[in-house]
Amino acid sequence: MTQILMPALSPTMEEGNLAKWLVKVGDKIEPGQVIAEIETDKATMEVEAVDEGTVTELLVQEGAQGVKVNTPIAVLDGAVAAAPPRQETKQAEKPAAREKATKQEQPTRISTPTPQPEVEAPAGTQTLKLTVRDALRDAMAEEMRRDESVFLMGEEVAQYQGAYKVSRGLLDEFGPKRVVDTPITEHGFAGLGVGAAMAGLKPIVEFMTWNFGMQAIDHIINSAAKTLYMSGGQIKSSIVFRGPNGAAARVAAQHSQDYSSWYSHIPGLIVIAPYDAADAKGLLKAAIRNPNPVVFLEHEMLYGVEFEVPDVPDWIVPIGKAKVRRVGANVTITAHSRMVGLALKAAEQLAEQGIDAEVIDLRTLRPLDSATIIESVKKTNRIVTVEEGWAQSGVGAEIAARVTSEAFDYLDAPPTRVHQVDAPLAYAANLEALALPNVDKIVDAVKAVTYR
Amino acid sequence: MGQAAAKANGKHTAEAGKEELLQYYRDMLLIRRFEERAGQLYGMGLIGGFCHLYIGQEAVVVGMQAALKEGDQVITAYRDHGHMLAAGMTANGVMAELTGRSGGYSKGKGGSMHMFSIEKAFYGGHGIVGAQVSLGTGLAFANYYRGDGKVCLTYFGDGAANQGQVYESFNMAALWKLPVVYIVENNQYAMGTSIQRSSSETHLYKRGVSFNIPGEEVDGMDVIAVREAGKRAVERARAGEGPYLLEMKTYRYRGHSMSDPAKYRTKEEVEEQKAKHDPIEHVKKLLIDAGHATEDGLKEIDRDIRGVVSASAEFAQESPEPDPSELLTDVYIDA
Repeated sequence: MTQILMPALSPTMEEGNLAKWLVKVGDKIEPGQVIAEIETDKATMEVEAVDEGTVTELLVQEGAQGVKVNTPIAVLDGAVAAAPPRQETKQAEKPAAREKATKQEQPTRISTPTPQPEVEAPAGTQTLKLTVRDALRDAMAEEMRRDESVFLMGEEVAQYQGAYKVSRGLLDEFGPKRVVDTPITEHGFAGLGVGAAMAGLKPIVEFMTWNFGMQAIDHIINSAAKTLYMSGGQIKSSIVFRGPNGAAARVAAQHSQDYSSWYSHIPGLIVIAPYDAADAKGLLKAAIRNPNPVVFLEHEMLYGVEFEVPDVPDWIVPIGKAKVRRVGANVTITAHSRMVGLALKAAEQLAEQGIDAEVIDLRTLRPLDSATIIESVKKTNRIVTVEEGWAQSGVGAEIAARVTSEAFDYLDAPPTRVHQVDAPLAYAANLEALALPNVDKIVDAVKAVTYR
Repeated sequence: MGQAAAKANGKHTAEAGKEELLQYYRDMLLIRRFEERAGQLYGMGLIGGFCHLYIGQEAVVVGMQAALKEGDQVITAYRDHGHMLAAGMTANGVMAELTGRSGGYSKGKGGSMHMFSIEKAFYGGHGIVGAQVSLGTGLAFANYYRGDGKVCLTYFGDGAANQGQVYESFNMAALWKLPVVYIVENNQYAMGTSIQRSSSETHLYKRGVSFNIPGEEVDGMDVIAVREAGKRAVERARAGEGPYLLEMKTYRYRGHSMSDPAKYRTKEEVEEQKAKHDPIEHVKKLLIDAGHATEDGLKEIDRDIRGVVSASAEFAQESPEPDPSELLTDVYIDA
């Protein structure tokens, strides 16, 4: 004997009306046969039999209103034994869990990436002058030499040598299979890259700028960042999305957006935004080796700037560690990417006025190195955050929230944010300059929190 | 056995032996009974959220799977239970994922639309219409990159056929001759919008023309026609000749999802499909007409399958919910 229950037609349905019976007592029914029509305030639906048998009783009359889900509505006399020979079933249908256990050992899967220990170049290490552009290129070349599964794809990365010449020389060394010129098709090639990563390759997907990457944001978030979780840890996406982020110069609103806060919002992604060439190289190498999807935000205005880079064979900078670029006692300034340079200049000016600022280069935005920031604020009792993007739901907003909840008693002034004004970026030179953060704005913010 | 595909009046006919036919019968019936039971568990509130049933379309995945070699990949959208069962994933693991239990393929964290099995080369299970087409093209890119001779079957529906990334992917697949077979499962309704109301060109097999991707229309209710077309397309892709587009004319008996009453089509239309084009009845008739099986013999198979499905429903209710500690695992892999 089998009971047929009042079915739910949607996740929110709690009750419905039994509009019509299409079978009567004594009828033989087959699986898939429509036996009744039920209706809710939204729709009328057919109820299909799952089991076969003979209807022995209709428990709810046609036309009954407000029948609760899972109420028995009819009784079937099952003509066929539902229980199968157990042994056969077990053989044919082993649980998925057992199937997984036979696979090779899975890497540890965790909620937050563990920051790697800080590795400084040994004392006495030689450095060489390198532009950020060449540091990024060297990082890719070194990782491609080290691992056959690493390849670069994007618009103009091969024959043209990169729209900003970041991939100069890579086609010659690695050939067209590993340095792939794509059509102008960000959504498509980002998805293709994630698919290749699911199959175990390690793609570096270059966006000519992150502004164009917005066409591909669905794959970065829905396909790359979420699949490890949705697959219960089975499918990984070891992939780096990289390219210039933020405002260049006079390229107007659509080509000037900072995506730092957008991507740092997403669990499953690692987000890196380096300032100097040493970090650009060391963090990009770490990103390529990382088994998680990484958003790597570069800055066009920094590509041609030269910095000292440690001349060691395998320069790696740990992901998830901020760097104190200037030690100070009176105020903490946080910044990332190009803003670090402005913050350091502001600190110099402030020093002349007797204010000793500590400058923290965030380097990684997710996971954010809270500990370094909190420790600094406990010492300085004041914080100014600097970012190129807008204020609302921004990186500074996040830092301010963490500082107020974790170091509230240490604060002598409200956390203060320096950011782009709340409007799309203008083309006109004067308006553009007014909109973006600059050294003066940082100096003013610091003076405000130090009550000077 | 010889299976030369004879082309007659644009329709492919081919032979299939007893064992093959019985296998197709079994595989299609498993999907049908599984889906019916999933619908029932949904009605009982044991399955939540979205649940898209595959009933009516069984011949497509079973026929295509018969054209594959071990290691070839499969990827699809969210009407995916049939694809998983055809790929050899267990009914227990799939059903337990539907009920959100730890014994499910994604430990209960993915649900109906998000299941995967690296072992069976099944890559999901994707919820954004059209996204799986770019991802599948990427799986094929990996095959091409490694030169490992594998082919990726990339399924999508007539609804996804109007997404831009499908054509971005077609372009790259043809440009680089990637080993991918695109299969449009044209069940004629993108949720509630009929193909006539959504597509300026309703012959979807022509959608590859401007990318030099050959295409053909296939009777997706005929498992043998599907298999033969699949073989041609798969072999072509494996030989390095690039992508191929198969338009499977098929039909879903149920609504788009469990909460869709399907009022956008007539009862008569659905009844005609069930009565005249049912893929399982088709194979049943082939088996009986050729003397390969009797009604009683097939009833035996039916019973076995119902046993497998009942056991999976039992497993899916007995398997515990994921441990609360699973909430924060699988977000990142520790480097």
